[in-house]
Amino acid sequence: MAWLTEILKAVLLTLVLFTYLAVVTAMFGVYLERKISGWIQARLGPKHVGPQGLLQTIADTVKLLQKEHITPRQADVLIFNAAPIMVAVAGLLDWVVIPFGRLGDRVLVVRDINIGVLYFSAMASLTVIGILAGGWASNNKYALLGGLRAASQMVSYEIPLALGILWVAMVAGTLSTVGIVEAQRGLWFIFSVPPFGVLAAVTFLTAATAEVNRVPFDLPEAESELVAGYFAEYTGMRFALFQLGEYAEAFAMAALAAIMFLGGWLEPNLPAWLWLTLGIAGVFVVVLLVVSGAARELILQPILILLALSTALCVIMFFGVQAGRSPVLPSPVWFFTKMFALVFFLIWMRWTYPRLRLDQLLNLSWKVLLPAGLLNLLITGFLITVAR
Amino acid sequence: MPKVIVDWLYVAVFAFVGTIMAALPLGIVWLLAPRADLPQKTLTYESGVIPFGQAWAQFNVRYYLFALIFVVFDVEVIYLYPWAVVFRQLGAFAFFEMVIFLSILLVGLAYAWRKGALEWA
Repeated sequence: MAWLTEILKAVLLTLVLFTYLAVVTAMFGVYLERKISGWIQARLGPKHVGPQGLLQTIADTVKLLQKEHITPRQADVLIFNAAPIMVAVAGLLDWVVIPFGRLGDRVLVVRDINIGVLYFSAMASLTVIGILAGGWASNNKYALLGGLRAASQMVSYEIPLALGILWVAMVAGTLSTVGIVEAQRGLWFIFSVPPFGVLAAVTFLTAATAEVNRVPFDLPEAESELVAGYFAEYTGMRFALFQLGEYAEAFAMAALAAIMFLGGWLEPNLPAWLWLTLGIAGVFVVVLLVVSGAARELILQPILILLALSTALCVIMFFGVQAGRSPVLPSPVWFFTKMFALVFFLIWMRWTYPRLRLDQLLNLSWKVLLPAGLLNLLITGFLITVAR
Repeated sequence: MPKVIVDWLYVAVFAFVGTIMAALPLGIVWLLAPRADLPQKTLTYESGVIPFGQAWAQFNVRYYLFALIFVVFDVEVIYLYPWAVVFRQLGAFAFFEMVIFLSILLVGLAYAWRKGALEWA
């Protein structure tokens, strides 16, 4: 009987998590990407469907559901169809070990697997199989090149990624994601063993960006040279599944970075006066924007909303800390704040750096990040050994 | 039930149900979307020209070389995981063991670098 209830619970959780991925990471993620890209490029982004264009991606999904699936005559049909599903499922499996927060004694995580981060990196690298399969099965030259590039890039960056994870595992002394967050109660890992925590975080984030094929490491899908790379031949919902998998993966990487280096769901332990200063600065900027009339500019409105939200957060934190409440806000708030901050960072990077060349990309991985990661590991190990 | 088994039971269920969930929209498309097979439509895309031969042809051997180096270092990283977890309990001895292990691998990296296996051209 116990088996049956566990299986039922697992099925329910799968449905919940899949819905979360489809709605929050894929739909809202695409919306965020388009809106922030629009803001960075001084244009509006989606704005007609729903308030501030919020429902645009839902409309897009409905549209994609009605689009014909075209399978190229020369394609390998079975693998061609399986590839997008594989990528989406790999994106889903990543999230099994991501803890969203802690309410009382319950940690909001699907399963706290004892080898959590190792499992995560294993599942994240499943994506490459799906991408390579899709690129190969299309029997399209662009797609094959995109798939091959994706494979070489993702295997190259797998190792710096793993070294970043190893650094955290070494400092925390555990591989469980929940354990890693709990180990940061005193100090977030990005600040511990300075400056090596920062170095590890930078190594990890760079490798993670490359691992999810985002700009400046978007060679596999470089629009201007490979059309769309490995999904050039995919239409309609199959294309959407690739997108879903990709966004699920990108968000999962952001979530893992937040968990490993930014304390996951833990509240930042800042003094009240700092919150007050931040809050006042935020209010000042908002008032300045409103008074100067800049707030009427449509382009500035999304960023004004973002600013107002962060200001509100600072003010709430100030009063909370002042009143002496220990966790002022429920922990998922902090997890999502940190995750979305990192997602924002990824989008920001997209419009800041041009795409790398393949040799530069591989050089960065093998000649910079790999030695840096190994040395970082050794030096930190040395410092920890000496400190005892 | 041991916790480990339940953990992996969940992973298995996630993989299975996730596959069904991911395939579901494809089923909806099968019901909703139009189907009109035209010979031009199912032609492989190649910037508007008629595709020349197949894509399944020779490609640069470099991709394969990088995959080989990857295997070496990936296996190494797997060895490092258990070390990293119990590192604090084992003390200085474990640290120097790992220094030796890593320096052997760094020599390997230096060799590959010197041989030009890390160059793309």
